[in-house]
Amino acid sequence: MTKSYNRKLLGGVAATIAALGFMAGSAAAEELTVYTAVEAEDLKRYAEAFNEVHPDITINWVRDSTGVVTAKLLAEKDNPQADVVWGLAGSSLLLMKKENMFETYAPAGVDQLDSRFRDNSDTPVWAGMDAWVAAVCVNTIEAEANNLPMPTSWADLTKPVYKGHIAMPHPGSSGTGFLDVASWLQMFGEEDGWAYMDDLHENIGAYTHSGSKPCKQAAAGEVAIGISFAFRAAKSKAQGAPLEIVIPSEGVGWEMEAAAIVKGTDSLDAAKKLMDFIVSKPAMEHYNQGYAVVAMPGVSKPIEFYPENITDSMIAMDFEWSANNRDAILAEWTNRYDSKSEPKE
Amino acid sequence: MANVTLPKSRREVKPKASSDDWTMRAFMLMIGTYLVVALAFPLYAMLSKSFEDKDGVFIGLDNYINYFSTPALFNSIENSVFISVVTMVITVTLAFFYAYALTRSCMRFKGFFKIMAMVPILVPSLLPGIGLIYMFGKQGYLNWMLFGYEIYGPLGIVIAEVFFTFPHALLIIMTALAISDGRLYEAATVLRASKWKIFWTVTLPGARYGLISAAFVVFTLVITDFGVPKVIGGQYNVLAVDIYKQVIGQQNFSMGAVVSVVLMIPAIFAFYVDRQVQKKQVAQLSARAVPYEPKPNFRFDTLMMSYSSIVVLIIVTILATCQFAALVKFWPYNLDIGLQHYNFDLMDGGGWDAYYNSIKMALWTAAVGTIVVFTGAYMVEKGRGFDQGRTLFQFLAMMPMAVPGMVLGLSYIFFFNNPDNPFNFIYGTMAILVVSTVTHFYTVAHLTAMTALKQMDKEFESVSQSLQQPFYKMFLRVTVPVCTPAVLEIAIYLFVNAMTTVSAVVFIYATHTQLASVAVLNMDDAGDIAPAAAMGMMIFYTNAIARVLHMFVAKALEKRTQAWRQR
Repeated sequence: MTKSYNRKLLGGVAATIAALGFMAGSAAAEELTVYTAVEAEDLKRYAEAFNEVHPDITINWVRDSTGVVTAKLLAEKDNPQADVVWGLAGSSLLLMKKENMFETYAPAGVDQLDSRFRDNSDTPVWAGMDAWVAAVCVNTIEAEANNLPMPTSWADLTKPVYKGHIAMPHPGSSGTGFLDVASWLQMFGEEDGWAYMDDLHENIGAYTHSGSKPCKQAAAGEVAIGISFAFRAAKSKAQGAPLEIVIPSEGVGWEMEAAAIVKGTDSLDAAKKLMDFIVSKPAMEHYNQGYAVVAMPGVSKPIEFYPENITDSMIAMDFEWSANNRDAILAEWTNRYDSKSEPKE
Repeated sequence: MANVTLPKSRREVKPKASSDDWTMRAFMLMIGTYLVVALAFPLYAMLSKSFEDKDGVFIGLDNYINYFSTPALFNSIENSVFISVVTMVITVTLAFFYAYALTRSCMRFKGFFKIMAMVPILVPSLLPGIGLIYMFGKQGYLNWMLFGYEIYGPLGIVIAEVFFTFPHALLIIMTALAISDGRLYEAATVLRASKWKIFWTVTLPGARYGLISAAFVVFTLVITDFGVPKVIGGQYNVLAVDIYKQVIGQQNFSMGAVVSVVLMIPAIFAFYVDRQVQKKQVAQLSARAVPYEPKPNFRFDTLMMSYSSIVVLIIVTILATCQFAALVKFWPYNLDIGLQHYNFDLMDGGGWDAYYNSIKMALWTAAVGTIVVFTGAYMVEKGRGFDQGRTLFQFLAMMPMAVPGMVLGLSYIFFFNNPDNPFNFIYGTMAILVVSTVTHFYTVAHLTAMTALKQMDKEFESVSQSLQQPFYKMFLRVTVPVCTPAVLEIAIYLFVNAMTTVSAVVFIYATHTQLASVAVLNMDDAGDIAPAAAMGMMIFYTNAIARVLHMFVAKALEKRTQAWRQR
């Protein structure tokens, strides 16, 4: 190919794009509405990284807790508002896949991902990003002041000595809360799992709306122990909070963050470009700033204060089971524990 | 409502409507349509939603049966009533003595004490909750004062609600104490009644309507408030938070509608009693009454000033705590001062844009609201014809007082988010936030306008009519200038409340229209309490500046428009 030919081609393409742009009104500045449950402080960074590759596509974030975003997407099923979901619990996406809410698309380079982090079916709809892992934040100063021994296991947390000292996220609104509940049910079995939560409930001081709040509260000493996730714990510790990050000895539940294109989007091409970026190496490097385990093998670098060897503690989670039983689990949970309205003795 | 029924003779001889009358009727229709679309239709949509299941199928009373067979839900009724009654008793008592100090003593700095007592109006109700966490939470610097009791729960709710409702009660009780008849005191003194006896037989009975009215206003404010229990309620469920949890936490709109209907019952009841009492209070003042003049009494005045100082100290402490906490790097472990909590763009809630949106929204609310409310009040008070329409309008204008903000917001989802609704296009825009806020605060603004308009003689209208001037000329050239103080008062009232309200907007804001007050809520939800305090204080400063500006503008305009009042 000669240079002049190249230039002609470029010119032609430019003219065509300009013409198309003229016809479409403002195709140049395309906008995508992206639903997410990613921590607010990461969103700007993610969008900037994407705009380095595609400066012409603007991302409009709609962020909330996992439960809220999930419920919102389900509620809007017949009249979807989102174009792409970027950063929502894998079990939520599985649930919506069953409802046929996503566009089938295998992003370019998705085969580079660890097979646990990609949709291996004939009609792939979702792609994984990273894993977030349960962890327990213990405020060392508060623990000492209240004579609380350092817990080492989930079972420890049901000891009477911790009564009122533990905060945990509400599984209805928080993805972290739901993965905790799902992991206990899978680890201990259904019957023992509920029995465990009955005991734990006795010690819970507050159920919070979001998954990061228990750890932030523990960091600030408002509670002694917060059931949260490892990334949040490491971050609060890095800010100077007197925290000990405990990975319970029975193993910890985890959940994948994943992405998918919402069926019926007006901007399918832009959405595909975004999906390609989501599974790309630069994106993975961004996820790695917060998450030690990312979908692409060989990318991950250690994170300050992030518990080492956490991968060994991650239990084998059955996400299909979590997704299929989500409604039933939440209904049962609400029935048992949501009525903590009586002032505690 | 009685005041708009025209004399009977009017009905017997019906004058022919002129073109001016028709213009006026068109205006009435427009303003009336506003209230029907912004209030009556949405509430109807919500009511019918409470009888439907998730897919919109009519299921009769099933939702209600479900509600009343779930202890987690119906226990909240008792909780809500409990905290409302306790707060009512405490606030009214505290506000009574404060009002007593302001009206019946000769203590110094009354102007200062009056202004300071109004400060809580300028902040969102979430803020006192946050302040209490820093004062009495596990790491609070006054935690020892609780003797092991927990601030999260009814205790914290009541303290914060007292802070939040104090100015509202104070205003009402002050008015009641100010209109008492000085002659009664003279008579009592001549009859050698002791001070104590005078207090119980003259002062209290004289202020009884004010006290009852204040009590019900406080009750309504507390039972419909959402900010305080959300922040500091812990696991103590109340109705207003239940609506939020059902709608936002679980997207269960039908149950949210049911709780809304349940919440409206006590609110409407309190509203009804208050209206009855207010009517009586007006009748109490006779034309020959002489205003009471307090006489200096060193011991009494010192006592009253000490009391008022303590109240002001508490108000200032709560706000100062919030400001300090917003500046501290990492409470309680690193008390270095820094501005990093003002980096709102890294938090939930929409960042600094939310703050600018709030100012924009508040300005729109003040501008649109003042025009709609004042014109509406003019039509009711001075309009001609359409008697039944005007009575209905007056009724609609009073209704928002009894509708909790959350209920209004939720009913807007049902009504405006319906694709078949011709007004659907305002959903998700700034306009719907303005409409919701104007409607939510309609009643008080309407009453302010009505009071000002009632002071103007009807003769003005008769004269302009006999001079064959169209009513709008009269309205713009005479009525509005004469009522300037009231118009400005309505504008600032709407601005301040638009800045602080959470409940009226929390269900209907969109990504592009996040608001500062909602950001406070969302940051607190995510555990970022210090930035929440920082944003809350930004709202306070903005409102304080707006108030000061209002004062200057009012003074300047008063010179121009109110000169005729001077001789």
